[in-house]
Amino acid sequence: MRAAIVVFPGSNRDGDVARALVRAGASVERVWHAEPELPAGVDLAVLPGGFSYGDYLRCGAIAGRAPAMDAVRRHAARGGLVLGICNGFQILCESGLLPGVLMRNANLRFLCHRQFLRVERTDTPFTSAYRPGQAIDVCIAHGEGAYFADPDTLARLEGEERVAFRYCDAAGALAADANVNGSIEAIAGVLSENARVLGMMPHPENLVDGLVGGTDGLGLFESLARAA
Amino acid sequence: MIKARVTVTLKSGVLDPQGKAIEGALGSLGIEGVASVRQGKVFDVEIAAADEAAARAELERACEKLLANTVIENYRVELV
Repeated sequence: MRAAIVVFPGSNRDGDVARALVRAGASVERVWHAEPELPAGVDLAVLPGGFSYGDYLRCGAIAGRAPAMDAVRRHAARGGLVLGICNGFQILCESGLLPGVLMRNANLRFLCHRQFLRVERTDTPFTSAYRPGQAIDVCIAHGEGAYFADPDTLARLEGEERVAFRYCDAAGALAADANVNGSIEAIAGVLSENARVLGMMPHPENLVDGLVGGTDGLGLFESLARAA
Repeated sequence: MIKARVTVTLKSGVLDPQGKAIEGALGSLGIEGVASVRQGKVFDVEIAAADEAAARAELERACEKLLANTVIENYRVELV
């Protein structure tokens, strides 16, 4: 699999996601946000975490209008794979590639800790290495991660089974206190209609090496490597 | 140069935890009678345009494209 990681001014998790992709067997190139095209033959475009443009205006708002995002939009329209993590998820929502918006965490705090997610679907290019309903142990690190969508959009997302992950406890239960940032319906990750674009607030790329305490995130990158 | 003020506010029904926190802080400072606070943004813009209608149209385009996220926000353009 060939992956292109789009780097914006203020991206800071591009190195980590590159390491995770390489560990899963992908080859990785970096693309500066001002580039009008992705490299030819790329299977996966990745929007990494960070603080693009210092979170000015709204998180991901300015990056969502970058020239490289037009290329990512064309890539997605061709059925290409797109993964946005954390700030990358905010950018996908701001650019219109995914519905909804990420708002300030309900408790107004920057949350930075280990977090369990329930895998809602395993028939996607991002989640095939997991078991249905599996609770995976990854990380979150964000101040504006409360997912919100209007009732019609939410009903469509749920009806089309486009929620990829929800915040849960260690047993996979959707306990109220497990929904740490106050996301609507505990939504942690959202898929596009064709399930080829995924945006998620948590960081699977943090947990791909036993050395740092866990490997539950690796499944996502192995799923991708298997898909492309 | 035409001067304008663009105001971006949260739509009703969208939770505003920052507004809630400010509301609580005002109460604790002894500011009485505050029933609710909603936080928004103000952009003061100078724009070169043929006339006021053209300026307004261009700023509405700016709101739709960047200044507001119309999923959660409303905007208002005033020429000043």
